[in-house]
Amino acid sequence: MIQRLRDQLLIPALAVVMGLFVGAIVMIVTSPLIDGQFQLDLPLKAYGALIDGSVGSFNAIIQTLVEATPLVLAGLAVGLGFKAGLFNIGAQGQFLLGALGAALVGGWLAGASPWVAIPLALLAGVIAGAIYGFIPGALKAFTGAHEVVTTIMLNYIALYILAYLITGPLRDPFATFARTVDVGNAALPLLPETRNGHIGILLAAAAVPIVWWLLFRSTLGFQIRAVGANPDAARYAGMRPRALIILTMSVSGLLAGLAGAIQILGLTKHMPIGYASSIGFDAIAVALLGRSHPLGVLLAALLFGAMRAGSGLMQVRAGIPVQMIDVLQGVILFFLAADVILRWVFRVRARGTGIGQESTVTRSYGGQTSI
Amino acid sequence: MDVLYGIPLIGLLFQLIAYLVQVLPLIAPIIVVLATPIALGAMCGFMNERSGVVNIGIEGMMLSAAFTGWVAAATMTALFPGQTPIAGFFGATPALVVGLLVAIATGMLVSVAHAWLSISVRADQIISGTIINIVAVGATGYLNILISGTAPPTAGSFRAWVPPKELMDLPYVGWLFDAFLNQGPIVLTMLVMAVVLQVLLFRSRWGLRTRAVGEHPKAAETVGVDVIRLRYRNVILGGIFAGLAGAWFTLEYGNSFQGGMTNGRGFIALAALIFGRWTPIGGLGAALLFTSSEAIGTAIRFQPPSGELAQLGDLLSGVPSQVFSALPYLVTIIVLAGVVGRSLPPAAVGKPYQRESVS
Repeated sequence: MIQRLRDQLLIPALAVVMGLFVGAIVMIVTSPLIDGQFQLDLPLKAYGALIDGSVGSFNAIIQTLVEATPLVLAGLAVGLGFKAGLFNIGAQGQFLLGALGAALVGGWLAGASPWVAIPLALLAGVIAGAIYGFIPGALKAFTGAHEVVTTIMLNYIALYILAYLITGPLRDPFATFARTVDVGNAALPLLPETRNGHIGILLAAAAVPIVWWLLFRSTLGFQIRAVGANPDAARYAGMRPRALIILTMSVSGLLAGLAGAIQILGLTKHMPIGYASSIGFDAIAVALLGRSHPLGVLLAALLFGAMRAGSGLMQVRAGIPVQMIDVLQGVILFFLAADVILRWVFRVRARGTGIGQESTVTRSYGGQTSI
Repeated sequence: MDVLYGIPLIGLLFQLIAYLVQVLPLIAPIIVVLATPIALGAMCGFMNERSGVVNIGIEGMMLSAAFTGWVAAATMTALFPGQTPIAGFFGATPALVVGLLVAIATGMLVSVAHAWLSISVRADQIISGTIINIVAVGATGYLNILISGTAPPTAGSFRAWVPPKELMDLPYVGWLFDAFLNQGPIVLTMLVMAVVLQVLLFRSRWGLRTRAVGEHPKAAETVGVDVIRLRYRNVILGGIFAGLAGAWFTLEYGNSFQGGMTNGRGFIALAALIFGRWTPIGGLGAALLFTSSEAIGTAIRFQPPSGELAQLGDLLSGVPSQVFSALPYLVTIIVLAGVVGRSLPPAAVGKPYQRESVS
């Protein structure tokens, strides 16, 4: 058990270490651009600020949790897909549609009692996300169109749906720029003593054990994992891969949609035009670093959430632009994918724990699904 | 004409044709210009996927190349001010040429990383593409903010070649020459390369081998094709097109860099590749069609069909412009799902190749 846990954690942990190391080198190399001379201690300053800004105070910790909340949910969405052998690049679109659904219903119920408005607004987001996940799932199950391509296309279609609705029918007539109306009473209540620690944090935290239970303790989860590991075997065992693909994509969309709904109801309180987010790729990073395991996803989301929370202070104190976080995230992923480098650098014995071992993913790109 | 336009329903079709005849000569040049990065990106994807490697990192490759090309050209301009354009050669200065070369080299370099991850490490190819996209956005954004303090001067941009005036003044077809030939070097290269690649794919030894490796690598290996080497070569050469596409952003269409400026063009390129059934000419056609859709949507807003065509104008002005923009993505899904004219990818795409061991 301990041995297995060690194997599971080792490669991701080493990837993070190497990512931070490469990040430090990038900072030193680019330090002349920041203030005209090489600063060997710049990484210490930057990472110190990053830690201070993410876990250095009560407010910082809350900020980390707030940043981690959508990452947990969207990461679970992508990770669930991975378990079924599906690569959901569409978390972005599902997130946006979920956000839109919540903004729409939240706006309608702005004057209603919070006990009615909040659950219904959340539900709207969840349903919108689930529908937007259902579409690529059904396309894959019935036509074999690969979900990677269809979800990428759906992400852009979502952007245009949003642009149309927010500048058109859903536009707040009294706002100076295009946005939906305020969600009023549908806004998520704050945790006591916090500035923006909304209860969405608790929802994300609750989703982790629920998804864990779904995957590892329920019959459905067993079937999902079986289809991901070997669709042919799963079919011969009497499971129905088509239905499971549709279901998994819908649940995946549901989780991403919930993430979007929470961002709107908890943070912005309305949906502005050009509501942008890089959640789609961030969620993939979280799912990969967390090895698609709900607990791993939680840890990875907390790590990336902490980086995002601390990035502001890092920019102020060390002059490192916040885009450094994207670089770190990408480099960590690179080492996860190229775990041969990690094994070589750290002399780790070969054991199947890299993401190459993750069953899946591109084997049915395009037409030839084996369902 | 009134008679034709008056026919119920079909009359609308005639009106549409009349409208297109009216506006196409006006918007054709910009359609060709805007289709360029998409077509080039599709060619990059073509080189990858025809040899069996998925590439969703085209967007990141373009963005990196756009950035480095611009930085190189701007730096050259700062170091050697007062460069004069080479006469009659697209207004090219040494700085612009250096920028272009650096952009191409960047595209190839990023492709080396993609090739190594997907061919040698046998990592999931979609993850490799994702990594390229994330790192490209992060790294170019990071560096762009750092150097924006020093405000690098612009290196200007390439200018269009002007074809003989007689050609462009030809009745009925003159506007086509204007649209396709009165263009900068990257657009013209794209047009030439689409034809060249198409011929090579179906008429050359390289093309046959590439198709074989993309469809059935084991069979190809059996007859003596080095699958690994061919894949490496094609993926890296494909980077040239992503590099050119990147250079288009900062050295031809515009002359400065903004974070995330490729704005999804790499993903539309993927759509064009699929819609064009994994062929270079098809990709170009799809790119032209996609940008037309957007351009026509814009045209309708600024010059709606009127007069005789008022009926069509009323109908189209009710359609939100976003529909025209979203159309390319929608038709790609439809084509992929096989509702009309199914488009199938190369059979071995996405599958890492592993030689059978000798033992």
